[in-house]
Amino acid sequence: MDLKALRKDFPTLEQSVNGVPLVYLDNAATSQKPLHVIETLDEYYRDYNANIHRGIHTLSEKATAAYEDARVKVAKFINAPETAEVIFTRNTTEAINLVAQAWARKFLKPGDVVLYTEMEHHSNLVPWHMLAQQIGVELRYIPVTEAGTLDLSNLDEMLDGVKLVSFMHVSNVLGTVNPVKQITQAAHNVGAIVMIDGAQSAPNMPVDVQDLGVDFFAFSSHKVCGPTGIGVLWGKREILEAMDPYMGGGDMIYEVFMDRSTYAEIPAKFEAGTPSIAQGIGLGAAVDYLSEIGMDKISAYEKELTDYGMEQLRQIDGLRIYGEADDRVGAISFTVEHVHPHDLSTILDQQGVAIRAGHHCAQPLMRRYDIAATARASLYFYNTREDIDALVTALRKAKEIFGV
Amino acid sequence: MNLDSLYQEVILDHAKHPHNYGEPESYDAHAHRLNTTCGDSVDVYLTIGEDNRIAEVMFSGRGCAISQASASMMTDIVQGRTLEEAHTALRDFQSKMMDREAEFAFDDEAMEELETLQGVRQFPNRIRCATLAWHTLEDALSEVEE
Repeated sequence: MDLKALRKDFPTLEQSVNGVPLVYLDNAATSQKPLHVIETLDEYYRDYNANIHRGIHTLSEKATAAYEDARVKVAKFINAPETAEVIFTRNTTEAINLVAQAWARKFLKPGDVVLYTEMEHHSNLVPWHMLAQQIGVELRYIPVTEAGTLDLSNLDEMLDGVKLVSFMHVSNVLGTVNPVKQITQAAHNVGAIVMIDGAQSAPNMPVDVQDLGVDFFAFSSHKVCGPTGIGVLWGKREILEAMDPYMGGGDMIYEVFMDRSTYAEIPAKFEAGTPSIAQGIGLGAAVDYLSEIGMDKISAYEKELTDYGMEQLRQIDGLRIYGEADDRVGAISFTVEHVHPHDLSTILDQQGVAIRAGHHCAQPLMRRYDIAATARASLYFYNTREDIDALVTALRKAKEIFGV
Repeated sequence: MNLDSLYQEVILDHAKHPHNYGEPESYDAHAHRLNTTCGDSVDVYLTIGEDNRIAEVMFSGRGCAISQASASMMTDIVQGRTLEEAHTALRDFQSKMMDREAEFAFDDEAMEELETLQGVRQFPNRIRCATLAWHTLEDALSEVEE
């Protein structure tokens, strides 16, 4: 893979901030966008902007075709058995809320257990907290080990009474790739449904929902080189069909009377109102772009770069990495003794290096490690060893300022 | 922006060796605040003496150098002041911190050390770090007044 050529696809990477070349290491928060995506958005707004699905005119037909074509591309990207099983949402968060409200709220009863993990993002905790308030389900979590992996030693006991297991494929803090297949098999053995938050896996590795064997899989466009404002919920047809709609409105109906309505088939049933049309088409362009490079190549390259990054960071005195799983991606969280992550982030930014500092929407995980925050450098395929070296140099400068 | 002007020696000293740090055995008012962007937290404890003066102020919590230094300076400044005087000081600091154009100089001599925090105004995401302890003080003062 010719990396130098790929970097040129991303206009935002070609700039200086604070007088130094930008080193963008906040990819787990959002990825940069390649020209192919930017131009696709531009083309839609310039050439065929129209509302979709019921317009009987040329622009609308063109826009509808492009939007539905994006759904086909997304289905292929995650190897969904059927295109109609791909629901467009705003983002991963909305996809999880959809499952909580349209599936779990309908089918779970007081006392049924929802199981998640101690490493979840708030987006996979709060919807379940809300559900517990609404219908009295019991909530349970799989603990995280010191090394940042799931402690599955009591998995069978933990699954007792569980009707839904919802967890992240890859941790946005620890980088850990969770054993989705193993947990899914065990969950299915007790008749539970499995929902996967794929926000951090879809950008970094090939995803095959059939191979994983899960029931729901969600991810966000903006982390896979696509626009913000669009995300994906994939679910098995029979489950989606059994669910009630999430929101009511235009485009999700079959027939409407003054006092009642009947609903459209999937996926329209879950897509009330005018959707994010340009963004959906842009997501299609993004998965085309990634597929052309090859997710397997992206994954292999990132692994090598992550190994290099971990190795370099480990050489800094007083730096502790959180997340030591063997199977991991390039989201690397760390703390530096006596320097708060926020101070690190400011000092790094002044040297052109963009990282993230904070709780990363995973406050329970921070509590697990008894820390308020970490600094996180997260890599993507357009990053290089030079980017890592710049990070290390900037970290040394931060230590110098703090005299540690 | 020069990092040395943000992380001045005075700030780093306060951060490393904060004044009036810890949880007192007894106190009259206590407030706790979180900086929701980063999860940092500050607790402020007030003991009120005669004439409605702050006899003792302590803080605890964890945060970045900016928030710890600002909290430490805050305790130095409000110790011994009346509730009204403490209010005046906190309003003065907060308004100067929020307005990038305002001159960052304090008439009150006891508050001059705060001028070392001027650089923070150039970092919009960090202003909350500097004001966190002061907002918490405000909460604690209201508790006393109730």
